[in-house]
Amino acid sequence: MHELPQTLLTGLALGATYGLIAIGYTMVYGIIQLINFAHGEIVMIGGFGALTIWLWLPSNTSLTLAIPLMLIGAVIASVAVATAAERFAYRPLRGAPRLAPLITAIGLSLALQQIVWSFYPNAKKARPFPQISGDSFQLAGNLHLQRNDIFVLVAAPICMAALGLFIANSRTGRAMQATAQDPDTAKLMGINTDRIIVLAFAIGGGFAGVAGVAYGLRIGQVEVLMGFILGLKAFTAAVLGGIGNIYGAMLGGVVLGIAEALAITYVQDIPGMQQLGGGGWANVWAFALLIAVLLLRPQGLLGERVADRA
Amino acid sequence: MRHRSLLILTTALTTGALTLSACGSRDDDKGGGNGGEKTTVTIGVDAPLTGSLSAIGQGIKNSVDLAVKTANKNNEVKGVTFKIEPLDDQAVPASGQQNATKLAADESVLGVVGPLNSGVAQSMQRVFANANLTQVSPANTNPALSQGDKWGQGKKSRPFKTYFRTATTDIIQGRFAAQYLYNDAKKRKAFVVDDKQTYGAGLATIFSQEFKRLGGQVVGTDHLTTKETDFSSTANKIKNSGADSVYFGGQYPEGGLLSGQTKRAGANVPVMGGDGIYDPAFIKAAGGSNNGDLATSVGYPVQQLDSAKNFIKDYAAQNYKDPYAAYGGYSYDGAWAIIQAVKKVMADNDGKLPDKAREKVVEAMSQVSFQGVTGKVSFDQYGDTTNKQLTVYTVKGGKWTTVKSATFEE
Repeated sequence: MHELPQTLLTGLALGATYGLIAIGYTMVYGIIQLINFAHGEIVMIGGFGALTIWLWLPSNTSLTLAIPLMLIGAVIASVAVATAAERFAYRPLRGAPRLAPLITAIGLSLALQQIVWSFYPNAKKARPFPQISGDSFQLAGNLHLQRNDIFVLVAAPICMAALGLFIANSRTGRAMQATAQDPDTAKLMGINTDRIIVLAFAIGGGFAGVAGVAYGLRIGQVEVLMGFILGLKAFTAAVLGGIGNIYGAMLGGVVLGIAEALAITYVQDIPGMQQLGGGGWANVWAFALLIAVLLLRPQGLLGERVADRA
Repeated sequence: MRHRSLLILTTALTTGALTLSACGSRDDDKGGGNGGEKTTVTIGVDAPLTGSLSAIGQGIKNSVDLAVKTANKNNEVKGVTFKIEPLDDQAVPASGQQNATKLAADESVLGVVGPLNSGVAQSMQRVFANANLTQVSPANTNPALSQGDKWGQGKKSRPFKTYFRTATTDIIQGRFAAQYLYNDAKKRKAFVVDDKQTYGAGLATIFSQEFKRLGGQVVGTDHLTTKETDFSSTANKIKNSGADSVYFGGQYPEGGLLSGQTKRAGANVPVMGGDGIYDPAFIKAAGGSNNGDLATSVGYPVQQLDSAKNFIKDYAAQNYKDPYAAYGGYSYDGAWAIIQAVKKVMADNDGKLPDKAREKVVEAMSQVSFQGVTGKVSFDQYGDTTNKQLTVYTVKGGKWTTVKSATFEE
């Protein structure tokens, strides 16, 4: 069990990345009940946005200075694409049967992949992402914190706290809550719901941009197809935590990340389970957990009032 | 009523006309060949031309293209103009099978070079066998493709007589890697990871068996899922297992990430793999900090062979966008073997392409023997190459460099 703290830390860093992405799914779903399957691609575009800034900076720029700038580039790229997607792909379908925007989202996801694939220089292969060099920090005997994980472990709680305060305390935040509860009544109360919907996409996009940078730093590369698996895992995290609930998204992400890490490390040590352990089975255990949670709590870990929706 | 019969008549006429015109164009081709003009023989190419393995796939396509251009320029086979038909399989077995069906349906195709992946080859073999069409893979290393599923128990039998390869099998490669790691690098505790694919899992099993036979210890195993990118938990396991080396059965996208993440997790041990990780992209994916990683690859490095000098020069002269990569030389030799087989078939038939040319090409393949880019090219009774040369490479200063080239010995 001496490797347990390390396993939990690794899972936490992975889960925080899922959580950042899951926010985008959950905010959009909370307000217009759309599962935005193109959200994984928004993360990918954030990663490429950050890479563009890095390539544009003089090559001797230190990474400490570059990361804030890359973050700005990533967020701008992600927010721009997310809001454009809302304006041109989803808004014309407002009020259409629920399946129409869902299929649009899948189409948009493929379209965004192909656009980056065709037009970003050398995007046909994975592009290396800058890495914070240096050894990992030794926190305790066997517990090491990798430098590249620090970003996500710091950024995710900050983003989360900021979003929580914004939703709970600001005028616009309360307008968002009202729109999520009942869009028609919110409109009658003088809330510009179109603006609120755009804002939900923009906030989700911003988080996706941060996640894109976090992913790039952790993995050391960005590529066109990276959004698919990330999006799928983050969507799972959002459902696990209770879709529509922002804290649930973050919690779901962390639970999913830690569950994967634990499954990889420990399942094969259980007698008779040798064949079912290891990295190849991590997804199976993660989804088994999802099924178990949904059986016991269909609304997800922190979910509420989902039963009367969807 | 009249309208309907008119409709039926029109349909029948159109169908008939289309069928006839299709026949007509095919007859034209043949007529051209018999009339002293040149017959066109197509060599199909199947490789991943897009996607994450495209770096290697483009090298295969270009090298076959070069072989065909060389044959046409030297008038290697009198009366025949070769051309290539490159198809993209994206490393997906189902796409490979579609491509195989398409190539088999084109009568001018007398041989196919490809594919890259053993898993894709499995889906193509039967299609080619049914069409009597020769297939030469420059890169498949899975033993079962040529020696049957029971090769592990010593019962070798060739499943498809149309399948040949210029690459050495994993049996040789995995054992060679284990021998190097144990005897030369003096490693005793290996952690074995594979990607659950036909190629990777096979290679990892063979490596483990040989490493244990030599006296080494496998201190842990794990499996990855392809196309995933976060292997940090596996990296932690490697660190905690106390292994002094990692053997990875799989391809470079996952291998490079695994190597980088293992080192960042604090386990400073070399990652060794097969020809699937022997690619510059492996070093890139590892973040460039993976000096000391090892890979085996089939054959001697093309740059070191005297026989390959012309190939390298000609390849450079064509200004292809992508380098010839790991399998360029084997692809060239594979295409050249098909060209030689066509030459023999033509020579046996008074310089004309016989009926049932495909069957005759398959027969001629087993007698092909020439000095190719990668050494002597010929095939044994299973369709495997008789060339058992292998090389170990290591990463040094962000580049693959040769460590040891040798012929495999039991």
